[in-house]
Amino acid sequence: MTMTPLGIPRRLLECTVDGEPVRAPEGATVLDACRSAGKDIPTLCQGDTLRPKNACRVCMVEVEGARTLVPACSREVEPGMEVRTDTERARHSRRLVLELLASSVDLSTTPRAAEWIEDYGAEPDRFGPDAARLGEEPRIDNELYVRDYDKCILCYKCVDACGDQWQNSFAISVVGRGFDARIAVEHDGPLTDSACVYCGNCIEVCPTGALSFKSEFDMRAAGTWDESQQTETTTVCAYCGVGCNLTLHVQDNEIVKVTSPHDNPVTHGNLCIKGRFGYQHVQNRD
Amino acid sequence: MDLHFGDSKPTDEERAAVDALLGPPESSWEGADRDEMRAADLRWARGGREARDRRDLLLPGLHAINDRIGWISEGALDYLCRRLTVPPAEAYGVATFYAMFSVRPRPATVLHVCTDLACAAAGASELCAAVEQRTGPGIRVERSPCLGLCERAPAALAIRAGDPVRTAVSAPATAEAAVLAASAPDSAPEEPPAALAVPQAGSPELTLLRRVGVVDPESLDDYRAHGGYAALRRAFVLGPAAVIREVTDSGLVGRGGAAFPTGRKWQATAAQPDRPHYLVCNADESEPGTFKDRVIMEGDPYALIEAMTVAGYATGAHRGYLYLRGEYPRALRLLENAIGQARARGLLGDDVLGQGYAFDIEIRRGAGAYICGEETALFNSIEGYRGEPRSKPPFPVEKGLFGRPTAENNVETLVNVLPILTMGAQAYAAIGTGGSTGPKLFCVSGSVERPGIYELPFGATLGELLELAGVRDGLRAVLLGGAAGGFVRPDELGIPLTFEGTREAGTTLGSGVVMAFDDTVALPRLLLRIAEFFRDESCGQCVPCRVGTVRQEEALHRIVERTGAAAADDIALLREVGRAMRDASICGLGQTAWNAVESAIDRLGAYE
Ligand SMILES: Cc1cc2nc3c(=O)[nH]c(=O)nc-3n(C[C@H](O)[C@H](O)[C@H](O)COP(=O)(O)O)c2cc1C
Ligand code: SF4
Ligand code: SF4
Ligand code: SF4
Ligand code: FES
Ligand code: FES
Repeated sequence: MTMTPLGIPRRLLECTVDGEPVRAPEGATVLDACRSAGKDIPTLCQGDTLRPKNACRVCMVEVEGARTLVPACSREVEPGMEVRTDTERARHSRRLVLELLASSVDLSTTPRAAEWIEDYGAEPDRFGPDAARLGEEPRIDNELYVRDYDKCILCYKCVDACGDQWQNSFAISVVGRGFDARIAVEHDGPLTDSACVYCGNCIEVCPTGALSFKSEFDMRAAGTWDESQQTETTTVCAYCGVGCNLTLHVQDNEIVKVTSPHDNPVTHGNLCIKGRFGYQHVQNRD
Repeated sequence: MDLHFGDSKPTDEERAAVDALLGPPESSWEGADRDEMRAADLRWARGGREARDRRDLLLPGLHAINDRIGWISEGALDYLCRRLTVPPAEAYGVATFYAMFSVRPRPATVLHVCTDLACAAAGASELCAAVEQRTGPGIRVERSPCLGLCERAPAALAIRAGDPVRTAVSAPATAEAAVLAASAPDSAPEEPPAALAVPQAGSPELTLLRRVGVVDPESLDDYRAHGGYAALRRAFVLGPAAVIREVTDSGLVGRGGAAFPTGRKWQATAAQPDRPHYLVCNADESEPGTFKDRVIMEGDPYALIEAMTVAGYATGAHRGYLYLRGEYPRALRLLENAIGQARARGLLGDDVLGQGYAFDIEIRRGAGAYICGEETALFNSIEGYRGEPRSKPPFPVEKGLFGRPTAENNVETLVNVLPILTMGAQAYAAIGTGGSTGPKLFCVSGSVERPGIYELPFGATLGELLELAGVRDGLRAVLLGGAAGGFVRPDELGIPLTFEGTREAGTTLGSGVVMAFDDTVALPRLLLRIAEFFRDESCGQCVPCRVGTVRQEEALHRIVERTGAAAADDIALLREVGRAMRDASICGLGQTAWNAVESAIDRLGAYE
């Protein structure tokens, strides 16, 4: 069990979601309100530990009186707001955004992408075989993690996690412009020449698997990665006295990767290089 | 924040370029020589917060290096980052955002040849080919979006790095003249005066352009002799609240494209309790086909300085930023001169006109990014971040530049404030129509005899304007409002040039672009160029725009030679993508990128 910090009580605002009255605390997002009303709205760039970037545009909903659609993940609820989540207009946008994404990057390791593509009737192939794609080779330049930007949807989460929102290492940023924009370190060099301290917090927040543990990447390449065979055990990191929670993902009695619970009030899912990657000694059985 | 810098060292010249902007480094923490490290340096970390407050000098710093060397090396970028305590990864992200910077070695001279709409119609692709044949490895030829010289299409701009950086413009350009400008910028012929872009110059009916060609743009005395600073004096008599009331009563709405009521924007900014307030003049003017702001800045620069001072006074700002597009070297020189003169004469500074009001203006140069004209992208650009639009709300009047209340206005909008104050709101509002008051500038280019800036009271029809400009026979289409606007047919010339009239006709006035195309222009190529422009200029932040503009360009490529049923599938695809872009993009760029092409399909029957 994790602890949820109690904040000061907040005023409840009334709005409607698909015609049903919903009460949401002041400062809540439209997404919060929709979810509390039981609506399943797709999200990709929204992160539970990060400020909304609203760049992916898959969570768009209709708000009465707004000229364009509204990103549910970042717009704050206002009293009297009439939100519609499932109109033809909103569905059209979501379908197109999914098609545009899936036609330009590899969503094969993005959780729920296939399901949404099915739900919205998206057909990414209709842009033709010549549709421009990223088509980049994975960057493997260190033993800890792999950057496979062919899967990157440019959600900015890793940049925010590495930057002022958590790690303050500022090792990566968005470079270039438009379709050519990419995540890269300074001078677009290898990670090992950069400011990266290998905390892995960027991997923790990446919604697509573009950033992954080298262990996971290698096992996927070898065809041995099997999440159905994995167990997850949350424990306390033994390296220092902070007491961060670690979730060990174990397959065939081997730790295959380490994550951290996002609702932990101390770490919010963040770790350091030791907690994240320093698990080999556990399984050194000689 | 523990910044990591690589081993790359700046050359002496790169270091000098940065130091010329920032002054010499004070300690080894910000890049002074390790050998000269003083004992105190070992114990005190300097830089930190103080240096981070100078983050907004990143863009000027990148300009300093690019101007001196012609490109930005690893060592130079790292040194600049050390001086400003900016993470190198972020600075690299910023440097690669702008088209005028290069992070790869390139020749010191770059010749930007415009291949945008008016220039394309005037033979830009032949010009490019001929120029490329005549230039050697010492000159890099780059195909460029609109250079804001459309009245003299085709246009080319040469920039030679050095100390100082040299520039030369060739327009209308021949291959010989463009190559001369690039190979000997110092001895290239002078540009014609700004007044040549104003076919009505000298006419007594002009209000906004009345001084262009009449006044010496270098001389403050001449400006004052022609009525300059009367508006600011009146503003001081009225007081800030009454100035805002005048502007509100005048009915002035913004001329930058979004048509927002200026008085309301000023009122909302002035009313914010948060301090300081900022005033920003949007002189980015990168909308293809727009060149009115350049003509004002080159022909009557003091008018803009005075108008900014009035706006700052009304909105409670003590600092104004003038964000000028990087491709306007002459406007930069004239404005720098004007600001310097105004400062020397007490018209800017701690005590403007002896009235106890402090106001100063800083020019910030853009570096080749249309998106930086979007108001919030412009803030990010000034602050030293990538020029990506912010999501709204919060709106700039509440949280704008540096997170403070900010009023941002277009050059033409600001200059309108002068006649409002000198003639009074009532007299001003009597010009034009009920919904669109005052005079309006139109940028006419393309298939006309007398391209240039025209000033007409709101309400003239498109046909009347084209007649003034001498429209040529065989008119096929008119692009209204620029690349983000829409096409209209030759039988729609009765459309009144007002905000309400164009809206009623299902089109837009935008920033006042009127581009005429005769039947020699291949429409599909033109549409492709528009699509290419938006694909190039998308900041890349949101999916509908980043990928949508690419998919649209691909579809237009496929149907360049096709019509009717053969194009139907791709047109349906264009519509679907376009609808999502309009509905789901973060900013106006993605929301309007499909307008012109859609209007060409629906109104002109392109591909039928
Ligand atoms: C993509 C994009 C580019 C823009 N470029 C310019 C520009 O170059 N100059 C300008 O004044 N406004 C431009 N705008 C409009 C500004 O965002 C803003 O509305 C305007 O500067 C406000 O000034 P105004 O109220 O005086 O018109 C642009 C908007 C968008 C969406
Ligand atoms: S591992 Fe940590 S320091 Fe390295 S890029 Fe990711 S977030 Fe930044
Ligand atoms: S690497 Fe992952 S987290 Fe980073 S922008 Fe791409 S998809 Fe988002
Ligand atoms: S609409 Fe285009 S330009 Fe605007 S934020 Fe999105 S990607 Fe950037
Ligand atoms: S989840 Fe809302 S825009 Fe990405
Ligand atoms: S200068 Fe070439 S189109 Fe404007």
